[in-house]
Amino acid sequence: MATIAAVATPDAVGGISVIRISGDKSLEIADAVFEAVNNVKPSQMQGYTCSYGFINDSENKHVDDVVLTVFRAPKSYTGEDVVEISCHGGRYITKKILRIVLKNGAEPAMAGEFTKRAFLNGKLSLTQAEGVMDVISSSGESQLKYANALKDGAVYRRITGIKNQLVEILGNLAAWADFPEEDVPEVDPLTLSDQIDRVVNDLTKTIATYDHGRIVREGINTVICGKPNVGKSTLMNCLSGYQRSIVTDIAGTTRDVIEESVVLGDLTLRLSDTAGIRTTDDVIESMGVDIAYQRIEQADLILAVFDCTSELDEKETELIDKIFNKNSIAIINKIDGENKIDRQFISDKFRYVVEISAKNEEGTDKLVSVLNEMFINNRSDADEGIIANERQKCCLEKALDNVNEAYDALNCGMMLDAVTVCLDSAVESLMELTGEKASETIVNDVFSRFCVGK
Amino acid sequence: MNYSMGEFDVAVVGGGHAGVEAALSAARLGCKTVLFTISLDQIANLPCNPSIGGTAKGHLVREIDALGGEMGKAADKCFIQSRMLNRGKGPAVHSLRVQADRTRYHEYMKKACEKQENLEIKQAEVSEIITENNKITGVRTKLGAEYKVKAVIVATGTYLKGKIHIGEQSFESGPDSALPSTLLSQSLIDNGIEIRRFKTGTPCRVHKRSIDFDAIQRQDGDEEIVPFSFETDKENLENQVSCYISYTNAETHKVILDNLHRSPLYSGRIEGVGPRYCPSIEDKIVRFADKERHQLFIEPMGLDTDEYYLQGMSSSLPEDVQRDFLRTIKGLENVEIMRPAYAIEYDCCDPVQMKPTLEFRQISGLYGAGQFNGSSGYEEAAAQGLVAGINAAKKIQGKDELILDRASSYIGTLIDDLVTKGCADPYRMMTSRSEYRLILRQDNADQRLTPIGYEIGLISEERYEKLKIKVEQVEKEIKRVKKLNIAPSEEINEFLVEMGTSPLSTGCKLADLIRRPQLGYDMLDRFDDSRPLLDSEVREQVEVQIKYEGYIPKQLEQIEAMRKMESKKLPEDLDYKTVYGLRLEAVEKLNRQKPQNIGQASRISGVSPADVSVLLVWLEQQRRAK
Repeated sequence: MATIAAVATPDAVGGISVIRISGDKSLEIADAVFEAVNNVKPSQMQGYTCSYGFINDSENKHVDDVVLTVFRAPKSYTGEDVVEISCHGGRYITKKILRIVLKNGAEPAMAGEFTKRAFLNGKLSLTQAEGVMDVISSSGESQLKYANALKDGAVYRRITGIKNQLVEILGNLAAWADFPEEDVPEVDPLTLSDQIDRVVNDLTKTIATYDHGRIVREGINTVICGKPNVGKSTLMNCLSGYQRSIVTDIAGTTRDVIEESVVLGDLTLRLSDTAGIRTTDDVIESMGVDIAYQRIEQADLILAVFDCTSELDEKETELIDKIFNKNSIAIINKIDGENKIDRQFISDKFRYVVEISAKNEEGTDKLVSVLNEMFINNRSDADEGIIANERQKCCLEKALDNVNEAYDALNCGMMLDAVTVCLDSAVESLMELTGEKASETIVNDVFSRFCVGK
Repeated sequence: MNYSMGEFDVAVVGGGHAGVEAALSAARLGCKTVLFTISLDQIANLPCNPSIGGTAKGHLVREIDALGGEMGKAADKCFIQSRMLNRGKGPAVHSLRVQADRTRYHEYMKKACEKQENLEIKQAEVSEIITENNKITGVRTKLGAEYKVKAVIVATGTYLKGKIHIGEQSFESGPDSALPSTLLSQSLIDNGIEIRRFKTGTPCRVHKRSIDFDAIQRQDGDEEIVPFSFETDKENLENQVSCYISYTNAETHKVILDNLHRSPLYSGRIEGVGPRYCPSIEDKIVRFADKERHQLFIEPMGLDTDEYYLQGMSSSLPEDVQRDFLRTIKGLENVEIMRPAYAIEYDCCDPVQMKPTLEFRQISGLYGAGQFNGSSGYEEAAAQGLVAGINAAKKIQGKDELILDRASSYIGTLIDDLVTKGCADPYRMMTSRSEYRLILRQDNADQRLTPIGYEIGLISEERYEKLKIKVEQVEKEIKRVKKLNIAPSEEINEFLVEMGTSPLSTGCKLADLIRRPQLGYDMLDRFDDSRPLLDSEVREQVEVQIKYEGYIPKQLEQIEAMRKMESKKLPEDLDYKTVYGLRLEAVEKLNRQKPQNIGQASRISGVSPADVSVLLVWLEQQRRAK
């Protein structure tokens, strides 16, 4: 059975977090990631003993100092070799360590898997069997729920895009191999190589976004947008507590995208302040506007800022249409001034509307409670979130490995059947996320795109 | 009035490709077997294209042969053109395809059945299966003859309630104007078998003298012919005919589109589900409207006939429309149709009702094989017939059943797909359906399956010994080339550069050179003084195994994990409602399909990884409670 790992403590900011690793390779993985102060490797440690030292990343830099505890099979919770790493309890550190462990050969634990293994290895009594099944099915449900929640996200859409590219490549290969006598286009190694290269790039880019923390728990990628001078920068400054954006009265001051992380209640927002959206002749500013639209496309959350002291213009209604159906909040700013805006129109278009005066720092508490409603109350429990997330990343990394292997096979001149098998494994990894069956999907693709058959 | 006609172990209903393999294997394993066919003249008929093999199907034929079936030998005896497809695309997808002589193929198989000990052939329509307490006890024919039997294998192909459509006309019929089997469906339904309706089609046959061969492209067979059977002597194999290719054009498409309303497919008179991979020409033109032309193959039906087959032109349009659109095609301007194309609808079962042994869960001793199980194709049918025949015999003899898993063969993959995932349209084997295709090659079918065939009793001692020698030779030679040092020399470096690969600066093993894509085992002959004299099959194995070495361990790892799950058996009578913690959808699916083991359960759509975990815990709970 595979060696598995997960964060064993609740996902909250606390004093200490524990990362648990279980399986045959636990000690081997611990040896690879842990540098003991006394120079004794985990694999040389007795069961039930601890060691103080450092977790190192791939460049051998200390990530955190930790206490590592070794449990030797069968005397552990799961009955397998178990290593527990107690680290400092920040989310960032905890996740970073989990990732290092996963990178070194562990797989993210499935729903209730530690408990399942404990039972299968005779560590839990027969009477606990139902309890075990409960844990599995309830955490299965919540993992499923979380995985489904992720499906609405931009990352998921990107994964689907990559998957579709792979399915298309495999469809071409399958049609070409399975219907050699038919009028099916030849697979040209050069084109194929380009296509694979594109997938490699897309996968690499997507994996990189995980390290920026694009997903809810790692900070919500939030874009502040609106037409010039509605108070976007003021809002950003108000939220981040100090002046970050240049605030002036001249419309179009913010040309670049300014980023900042702020903690609001239990949530972290990664704010980007964008150039005001308007048609402009200024080249640099118009590039800023393009970037703003691009950011909106990728955002987890959009804060659309309106100035209540002026009427909605064409550009603003265009913006409203653009962000319709996205996760967004309408922020009506400058409520200290005279109202000229059509509030009814805005509340028809937005599920959430918050009125503030950024200048006077009024209304931010309302914003916090709306955010809580959007991102906390509607989400399943946190640990499943992390795991669903890590599994996504893990699957992407496996896919990338396989696609790279396909690329190498192709470019060293291997026959296409070997290339195909590598790509198959890649698509299989991505489909772990979507729950589809690779061979079915590819066969369907062949029949939908190619006119084959006697 | 009913009357008794004796007692048998196994009754096979249908003498097509599934039925013949089923009857032969059961009889060869010592069961007293009776094969029923509506017409003795239709045994192993090739009512569609007289061709055997092709991609993935060629793999199936080799596997059938490796297990001790007949199809490969028959094809080797009766082929008139042979080609290895996909050369240059990698050994995993090399596929053998032959054009067979339709009449000789039938005659060969009929004779094989006639001379088979323990096997009686009867021309009769089986109208009923007889059961007691959900167990097979006999069959009854339309004439009232009753046979006491212990097992029945239903292999009715497209005969079961067969209905032919040609344009506005439709009538009850089997293929090639044979009588349909009209009564058995109801008997199966009465016994709780779920029946549904599929459809397939076949193109028309035309007269040789009406084809302008100068106007169309010729396609010849391979110079060096590889036989299907591992037992066939490679000497004296010869191509005897050519096949031809032509294309449809805009005018063809116009004739078809103008007459679409006369097609039963488009007027809604056909209710059966047709195969996606075998669309009629009208389907192709409608669905792929932007395609300017469609290919068709013009192939002889045999040596002693002037009938030619038009592959790719299956249709259910009226006969006059068929004539009109064919006459727009280059080379067919004066074509004379001998048999019109037709669509045929038939009854078949939903294969998820079966175990991987191809026995129905509802009725003990009732098996299904071939198109009746929702598949399509002669090779798919024969593969299932062989497995059903073996399993019926094994059950009667109280022996362990034969279940081939997905990693063992395309046959195993085919059956697992059918019984686990079911099929929404007639199922065709494809190499892309096998996740283990680097290992399931057509060249190593003997190594994978002949030991199993030997254990079952369908492979002779002599053939098994031969295989063992081959395997030993391959292993020994691989070891040798992995050890053999090749020193850099002017001669070899000149050769390497000439082949487009980098010269040696230090010594390396011969195996390292063989592994290079630009090189191969045979061409390195002159740098290898100690090379033993080996058969071409052995040399081929050495080369393929070395070249694919890097990719094979990964597949083997996956196979091991799969087999581990496959070894965790689930009880057949388990009511999944009683398993605490399963999701509702999983309970429904599991109760419907009653998988044999955790592996099969995990492949059923709607069963999640968490459900699989619950089942594992449940199994452990049961084990401990004992």
